[in-house]
Amino acid sequence: MNFQLSKEQEKVRELVRKFALAEVEPIAADIDKEHRFPKENVEKMAKLGMMGIPFPAEYGGAGSDHISYAIAVEELSRVCASTGVIVSAHTSLCCWPIFNFGTEEQKQKYLPDLLSGRKLGAFGLTEPNAGTDASGQQTKAVDMGDHWLLNGAKVFITNGGYADTFVVFAMTDKSKGNHGITAFIVEKGFKGFSIGKTEDKLGIHASSTTELIFEDCIVPKENLLGEVGQGFKIAMATLDGGRIGIASQALGIAQGALDVTVDYMKSRKQFGKSLNKFQALAFEVAEMKTRIEAARLLVYSAAFKKDQHMPYSVDAAMAKYYAAETAMYVTTKAVQLHGGYGYTTDYPVERMMRDAKITEIYEGTTEVQKMVISGAVFK
Amino acid sequence: MRIIVCAKQVPDTSEVKIDPKTNRIIRDGVPSILNPDDANALEEALLIKDSQPDTEVIVVSMGPPQAKDMLIECLAMGADKCYLLSDRAVGGSDTWATSNAVTSLIEKVVEECGPFDMIFAGRQAIDGDTAQVGPQIAEKMHLPQVTYVQKFEISEDKKVVTVQRQLEDGYEVIEVPTPCMLTCIKELNNPRYMTVSGIVKACKADAPIYVKSAKDCGCDLSKVGLEASPTVVFRSFTPAPKAPGQIIQGEDERTQSQNLLAKLKEKHAI
Repeated sequence: MNFQLSKEQEKVRELVRKFALAEVEPIAADIDKEHRFPKENVEKMAKLGMMGIPFPAEYGGAGSDHISYAIAVEELSRVCASTGVIVSAHTSLCCWPIFNFGTEEQKQKYLPDLLSGRKLGAFGLTEPNAGTDASGQQTKAVDMGDHWLLNGAKVFITNGGYADTFVVFAMTDKSKGNHGITAFIVEKGFKGFSIGKTEDKLGIHASSTTELIFEDCIVPKENLLGEVGQGFKIAMATLDGGRIGIASQALGIAQGALDVTVDYMKSRKQFGKSLNKFQALAFEVAEMKTRIEAARLLVYSAAFKKDQHMPYSVDAAMAKYYAAETAMYVTTKAVQLHGGYGYTTDYPVERMMRDAKITEIYEGTTEVQKMVISGAVFK
Repeated sequence: MRIIVCAKQVPDTSEVKIDPKTNRIIRDGVPSILNPDDANALEEALLIKDSQPDTEVIVVSMGPPQAKDMLIECLAMGADKCYLLSDRAVGGSDTWATSNAVTSLIEKVVEECGPFDMIFAGRQAIDGDTAQVGPQIAEKMHLPQVTYVQKFEISEDKKVVTVQRQLEDGYEVIEVPTPCMLTCIKELNNPRYMTVSGIVKACKADAPIYVKSAKDCGCDLSKVGLEASPTVVFRSFTPAPKAPGQIIQGEDERTQSQNLLAKLKEKHAI
């Protein structure tokens, strides 16, 4: 067993940390206040190869691995969780299913633009009545002979307003339940496809979360992803990987909150001494730090197993469940340790606390992760 | 075109402390980085490569084997090759001995890769702050040199470089023929980031980082290393910390002056 990162992984952390401190952190509070998608930083990340980290160079990827990818999302989220999830949703939820389930033609057509970051990706599974229960899909796809016709709507789609390429799920045979779901690659600009309302959320304000609307949307035959009826399997496999991304985001949020809390406690004085000199408060930090390290091991272990082509879905579920709870725990404590200042927007911890909450919800709630984990235990 | 860039791995001085008792640098846990001015030197070479893709950028360095880590960064930024002179025989060199060793390394690079058009070096390293090694290499290689370069242009035939050299209160314009040595300052450019794909390539076992010994480079052993160094560090010290300055606030000049007087009286200064 070797707990050391490779030189490559260390250097990716060095790069993303440097980028995050110079380009992301300075605008993080503003884009949160303005609910503004940081398009300029997505373009900069694209140039640095951060939009295609774990994919091979032959399709335009950076040729690194999922641990490096997890580190990148972690380091971005350490200063801005919205920027972290832009990369995560793009990489895990759009690029990966096309890479893993796409035909060679589809890969050649879509991956170079996506992995180089010239285009942004998104994933459309959730519907008003189909969240955790994906079989409740009401979006329908009908085979029209020379094309597919999609009708329906998706909600809570990350990157929705800015994405160019969408992996979308629709029911092709309702009678088959989960086995009647099929995946498609939909491009912005396809006739009958539009973006609906943008959600006003508790946190991750700079991430674009929208509805997708399909009204007699024409999808070419060659844009079927995988096989007819394989959609549920594609969605679940994709979300397994996505959970590593969200777990990394949660880990980064927690680490970021700890960083600023440690600095604050060293400089803030009460009763004539700095806060870190109060043992009761210092012990809170010990608890935060330990949980973060435990979460980090779970996240990197899941990413390692994915890289080694070992089964990792339970590992990803545990990583996401624990990292998300850690993010919520650590950010809540961080606000508390900042006292009144922590409740104001003058300090970043209130934003981190609002951002942390979503990690317990999207890409499978904590309850879903526990279903996956307990299901494997009692198999 | 072929450009050689001199780079040094240095402790990140923003995180370095000096032990007040021994006057030695406490290096434990201090990250090592590419010397900032050298990053400007490398960036300038890479900008030329961006506009003239047939340009070859070769980074040379001297240091312990760990300096490879910095060279990985140089490759990941876009350098083509790196040469590291790493040998106990050159350890402890002062600037004179270092420039002897690096000159031998550059001569080795010329032997293996061919002649160069320019050498870029950073103005100075943040650990020693001497600004001597670049100019000394130029002298030893009989190259024209311009220090404190803030901007330059290369003629179309690549034979002449027109350089803006920073002065305290302005700049002077100097023309030098190639091959030449330019030492770069931070005003020259903003160094680029590494790229992820650059990192992946630079970390491969066959990445073009060549480690040379003093013997490989044909160093004259009587002119390199601690023993051969005519200078020694007598003492290093941390300047006594000063209290931060205070800006006196006030609605207008009158209140500001009153507040200033009040402060001075409070401190028994007047």
